[in-house]
Amino acid sequence: MSQALKLDDDEQDLKYVGTRPVRPDGVDKVTGRAKFGADLHLPGMLTGQVLRSPHPHARIVSIDTSKAEALAGVKAVITRDDFQDMESEFVPAGEMMVNYRDVVRNVMAREKVLYEGHAVAAVAATSNSIARKALRLIDVEYEVLPHVIDAVAAMAPDAPLLHDDMMTEGVDPKPDTPSNVSKRVEFALGDVEKGFAEADVIVEREFNTKPVHQGYIEPHACVASMSEDGQADLWCSTQGHYVVRTHCARLLNLDVSKIRVTASEIGGGFGGKTVVYLEPLALALSQKTGHPVKMVMSRDDVFRATGPTSGANVWVKMGATKDGRITAAEAVLKYQAGAFQGSPVQPGCMCAFAPYDLENVKTVGYDVVTNRPKVAAYRAPGGPISEYATESVVDELAKMLGIDPVDFRLRNAAREGTHAAYGPKFGPIGLVETLEQAKAHEHYNTPLKPGQGRGIASGFWFNIGGETCVTLNINEDGSATLMAGTPDIGGSRASLALMTAERLGIEPEKVRPLIADTSSLGYNFLTGGSRATFSSGMAAVEAADEAIKEMCARAAKIWEIPEDAVVWEDGHAKPAGDNAGKFDPLSLADIADMAGKTGGPIGGAARINAKGAAPSFGTHMVDLEVDEETGRVTILRYTVLQDAGRAVHPSYVEGQYQGGAVQGIGWALNEEYIYGEDGRMQNPGFLDYRIPVASDVPMIDTVIVEVPNPRHPYGVRGVGETPIVPPMAAIANAMENATGIRFTELPMSPPKVLKAIEDRDGG
Amino acid sequence: MEEMRYEAPDSLDAAVAMLSDAGEAGRVLAGGTDLLVQLRAGMVHPGLVVDIKNIPEVRAISEEGGGFRVGAAVTGAELGEHAGMCKAWPGVVEATELIGSTQIQGRATMGGNLCNGSPAADSVPALIAAGAVASVIGPSGQRDVPVEDIIIGPGKTSLEKGEFVVSFKFPDRPAHSGDAYLRFIPRTEMDIAVVGAGVNITLDDDGVCQAARVGLGAVAATPLLVADAADALIGSTLDDAALEKLAAAASAACKPIDDKRGTIEFRTKVAGVLARRAALIALDRAKEGR
Repeated sequence: MSQALKLDDDEQDLKYVGTRPVRPDGVDKVTGRAKFGADLHLPGMLTGQVLRSPHPHARIVSIDTSKAEALAGVKAVITRDDFQDMESEFVPAGEMMVNYRDVVRNVMAREKVLYEGHAVAAVAATSNSIARKALRLIDVEYEVLPHVIDAVAAMAPDAPLLHDDMMTEGVDPKPDTPSNVSKRVEFALGDVEKGFAEADVIVEREFNTKPVHQGYIEPHACVASMSEDGQADLWCSTQGHYVVRTHCARLLNLDVSKIRVTASEIGGGFGGKTVVYLEPLALALSQKTGHPVKMVMSRDDVFRATGPTSGANVWVKMGATKDGRITAAEAVLKYQAGAFQGSPVQPGCMCAFAPYDLENVKTVGYDVVTNRPKVAAYRAPGGPISEYATESVVDELAKMLGIDPVDFRLRNAAREGTHAAYGPKFGPIGLVETLEQAKAHEHYNTPLKPGQGRGIASGFWFNIGGETCVTLNINEDGSATLMAGTPDIGGSRASLALMTAERLGIEPEKVRPLIADTSSLGYNFLTGGSRATFSSGMAAVEAADEAIKEMCARAAKIWEIPEDAVVWEDGHAKPAGDNAGKFDPLSLADIADMAGKTGGPIGGAARINAKGAAPSFGTHMVDLEVDEETGRVTILRYTVLQDAGRAVHPSYVEGQYQGGAVQGIGWALNEEYIYGEDGRMQNPGFLDYRIPVASDVPMIDTVIVEVPNPRHPYGVRGVGETPIVPPMAAIANAMENATGIRFTELPMSPPKVLKAIEDRDGG
Repeated sequence: MEEMRYEAPDSLDAAVAMLSDAGEAGRVLAGGTDLLVQLRAGMVHPGLVVDIKNIPEVRAISEEGGGFRVGAAVTGAELGEHAGMCKAWPGVVEATELIGSTQIQGRATMGGNLCNGSPAADSVPALIAAGAVASVIGPSGQRDVPVEDIIIGPGKTSLEKGEFVVSFKFPDRPAHSGDAYLRFIPRTEMDIAVVGAGVNITLDDDGVCQAARVGLGAVAATPLLVADAADALIGSTLDDAALEKLAAAASAACKPIDDKRGTIEFRTKVAGVLARRAALIALDRAKEGR
């Protein structure tokens, strides 16, 4: 329906979009009533637990489960033998791709274990203690192999090989010997050599980042129940229950219709809950036992066995003229993929220089497998790593040229019509607006005290649309129920209720938004790529328009006038044209009340592939202080300015901005996976994997810039991912400003900072 | 399955009897903020857990001979609400209050913190600096042990089988005394000390340091009592030169390891920095006439 794509006039008064009502899921969450992944209990339910590899790399010689199976209370044990092998086939998972041949090996190791924590077997038992004991009774014979953790080390010719058949894609000619490099990607525009020749100053730097975990507070959890006739129910904490259904159907060789998946409330995902770990195991155990099976990861499991984002090595070279025009930009990115190919190096390359209007640019990326858990999406996957490096170099160029860093960015900023280095021409975008507002902001103009530093950085993320279905039912009392299929991970139900209410002309409290199970709606791609409010909102508006059309038809029937002589205004059907004023308007509630007599229940539905997603740009500004005797960094002040297109529920837009900044602060200062020589993770818990606590961060100030997306009925852009892109560079730039030291390694943890300060002082 | 018995006796004698019967299988439960975590993680498999919180002696704070006696199972929150201890030993109180979150403070105890045997335990450097003496009870009766002699290695104590700490005796507090504890953590709370430093001083009427004790945590296999660091202060007014000597002596006493929480270099340097900063806070408190 073209009507759904009409952009509401910017001048038009919006009654509900842009307001801040209490979120529909709020009371349940603050009272403890909300059901999360581990909160479902079914009669006869068993507990499932996973035996995980203690080795980062080993061949599995044999697995003997007989002693475990003989233990009283053990109902089933599954291993690689319970899953059929799969052909190589790539399918989308969030903004990333997965290969089923790898997925089946990741959920349960086959020939080899490829990382510490890799699942080797799973048991279902009548109690946790019996399940734990059963795991100890499983004999696995391993032939331990040399391992490699670091991406650069894994690229060395003599590095231990994870996959004997991995021939690097994207190089010509294709190599005939295997390596740990799964692919090479390249994006280029213009001629970088020519561009560097035109430059007055050139900065060249190499950066290293550590893998970081999404750090969702709720561990992965699910309950599976399969009946004797093969019909299955799965309840789990996920960002995409349809995608879980697809994967599980493929792995278990079931019809999609046989599996109904219900997404529980989710205690954080950030991209990490877009893949399957426990779900196929729980289904297989339920299939084998005939009982429901619950599986819940420990925090240790989450760290050792689920996907963080890549650690990486990034080389950047940029040149500029004296008057501050960037003439060339080049980067080489080496990203860890973990045990299986598929790091976010490609989006990393595409994002690297996206905030700038460049004539000559080249990015090359390498996807490198290493003996670590397979990476999963994490907010703007790939972008924060490459843009940390490029925005650090941009800052250094500005400083060398003696140009204010905001002015330098403005001089080179991408605008509407800019040909992005990764391909497309940008439509209306808000980078310039965020920079201009940053420059005018009181924060930017407040003097620093001695010893303090200030940094700024910009960031970009694409955002996506995709397959989306909703159903809207107008209830007999004039209220409405909206069923959506994108799990609500950041307040999207509140936003969907607002957009639906706006379109229908009823109060948002009259709209109850629900996330339906996979059997109640058509296919929905997962909540990722900042698509939920954009896509489900677009679909909700289309469904509302269908309901409105029907309500107008009912009014026409009652008034006995043509359908096209009725208009919908402010929640009422009104006679129009020649009939204007001849009948009293009928409210939505009036029409709903008479629906039974005028043709039956009224509703609308939409099944769309949402197009027109538009990128969001942001600029972050941070003040900090460094304790030069201990290397400890205190974040004093932080401001996020980002284009939201339009903020449907501003509180949740601000929440996304603040959450991204806080996760970025953790990434910049303290978060890292620490491995021993043995390839085992040494800090698989929140004590030593240091995400920020509340008292570590100041109140994060936010400025919502609104440059509407013309392709969305309410101008929406995705907002959830861009906020994690700029913090690392903003903080590194502030560190340079405070200490005179350019830090090129993350995290900037106290021992590293103190050492750099001592080196600076010649100590 | 492995069975675990839980007992909560209401007298010292009963607890001693249960623990000596249980031998290696017995574990003492005070606040449980370490033991329960270790149980859940499968790190320990005790056959008997003896909860000592029903025993009056381990739960009381009392005045004794001009000083204080604090039960081993008094919680951090209770200690923080005791006006006398806050006035006399603010460094000990602030160290104990650093253990865990507000919720954990309702359970965590100095006795548990000490007997868990961690080199990084927050209350221990402050207790050592304070010169606190543990009253230990066991099958062979009662004995007094200086706190610095309890931990003998990571997770290891000098307590004999069946023994546990009943209380801590804090010495008399002369005029012009002050103590302080500082720890280094990368975060602001909810963390474990990378370095901890406790300093306790007494000045004379002219502001000259008459007595000092310095305790360090997380820089060696056990918390340390550093005599050289104390000597650097005694006889001085805690002027810059004395503080530099203190920092150097504190750093020199460190025998840390490189681990996930910090490097040898880092811990050694920061131990000196924290000792100096803690001494300055203790000095302020001493001058306030505490």
